[in-house]
Amino acid sequence: MLEVRNLQVRYGAIRAVRDVSLTVRRGELVALLGANGAGKSSTLLAIAGALKPAAGTIRLEGEEVTALSPEQMVKRGIAMVPETRDVFPDLTVAENLQLGAFVRRRDRAEVDADRQALFDLFPILAERIDQPAGTLSGGEQQQLVIARAMMSRPKLLLLDEPSLGLAPAIVDKIFDMIVKLRATGVTILLVEQNAGKALRIADRAYVLSLGAIAAEGTADEIASASDLKAIYLGA
Amino acid sequence: MAAFIQFAIDTLSLGSLYALMALGLVIVYGILRLVNFAYGELIMVAGYTLFLLNGSPLPWLAMAAVAVLMAVLTGIATDYVAFRPVREKSVTAVLITSFAFSTLLQNAALLFISPRARLVPVPDIFSQSVHIGGVVTPLRNILTIVVALLLLAGFAVVMKRTVLGIALRAAASKFTMARMLGVPANLIITSAFAISGLLAGVVSLFWLGRIGSVVPGIGLEPLLVSFIATVIGGMRSLVGAVVGGFLLAAIVTGLNYTLPQNLLQFRDAFTFSLVILILLWRPEGLIRGPATGQRT
Repeated sequence: MLEVRNLQVRYGAIRAVRDVSLTVRRGELVALLGANGAGKSSTLLAIAGALKPAAGTIRLEGEEVTALSPEQMVKRGIAMVPETRDVFPDLTVAENLQLGAFVRRRDRAEVDADRQALFDLFPILAERIDQPAGTLSGGEQQQLVIARAMMSRPKLLLLDEPSLGLAPAIVDKIFDMIVKLRATGVTILLVEQNAGKALRIADRAYVLSLGAIAAEGTADEIASASDLKAIYLGA
Repeated sequence: MAAFIQFAIDTLSLGSLYALMALGLVIVYGILRLVNFAYGELIMVAGYTLFLLNGSPLPWLAMAAVAVLMAVLTGIATDYVAFRPVREKSVTAVLITSFAFSTLLQNAALLFISPRARLVPVPDIFSQSVHIGGVVTPLRNILTIVVALLLLAGFAVVMKRTVLGIALRAAASKFTMARMLGVPANLIITSAFAISGLLAGVVSLFWLGRIGSVVPGIGLEPLLVSFIATVIGGMRSLVGAVVGGFLLAAIVTGLNYTLPQNLLQFRDAFTFSLVILILLWRPEGLIRGPATGQRT
């Protein structure tokens, strides 16, 4: 479904992503692991269209989508949950969710039905529906951004560090939800620093080091690879 | 009591215009973090549209509608000419292009119309007066207040209840995130410019109605006034722009009432001193804007 070839992303003279190629098949949950600064987020932002790649190609369902704008990517079925957990703090939970469905705002009935279905998965959001998103706790905000991304009915969900800055108990809850989401049929590319947790729920994984793919394989293979720690440290 | 009513009406009618103008400046600034320096020219364009339509068989309301439409179109043109081509390059570039567009419009008016003042049609109703609580006041002032309140209410409904309004508020907070939800950047920015044109267009009807004529440089004062009002109000807050507009009007009207005749010519110096005091007390402005995200 998603095919990234020789992706390169630059911030001025700095090459954050040097050479990344990866594939995500329909229905898979693929983890993208690596240390801080390995280029995980930049890779994800490039796929979401928020960063223009310096080189390489991105294909979605066989179609070239390299360097399209973020809004065009959403139309083609990609939804991004950035690590900055960007809720719109002054908007209510309901308004945040409504914006998530912006690209299909005309099918009101279906949007409402989807919202209801997401409330079953994230019941706390139903309770907080009229509250400004900025007043939610970190874990609640994380649920909101994931639910908001799902409102566009994406084919591919990009999750950037959903565990970042959350208490361990909350992280487990979020990971449970990711598993449940995956069961609804959405394909997921998950960026995580917490490799252990990510590998437990992923089918396959890529390990990034210094902007390039250092290892790839099934989740079990990667989990049992003895040199994983070394790769993480960039050795 | 009569003096108070007079003061209230004067402040509210002047404040209505300041508030609407400031709102039009902030709606663009909030999203792009860029001041549109060609904003005052929207008033000028509406003014010359009225002048050119003067003597036509159209009723005044129709002329007014055309003038407002021209302001909206000029607002959108500002986006296409001065902002969109250089928006992603640098802030300085947009600063220069918006000044350039402003100069271009002013010089077009100088060249093709005249450097001298031109009369604009004013409806009869503007020159009538009414008695309120023992005070005689131009009906125009009351109309200004009523129209401004209706427009502010309509604006609030659009921002609260429509998808476009919610998207505008989201974009003012975190533009890139809004785009990653599929909100098209160009649609949002063009809408902001169109709304800003609508507000300036409506203001122009009353602004010109007070003066009765239009000159190429007419846009400077409204631009300055709305800029000051937004600075007082907090630069990025829509509510702040409205509050700032009314507060500035209260200061100006208050000085008009209290300054002795020989000091009145220095009124602006007193106004700006008070603005400085407000900013020393609240450097961020009175009302905080939405939580910030990054520029595009």
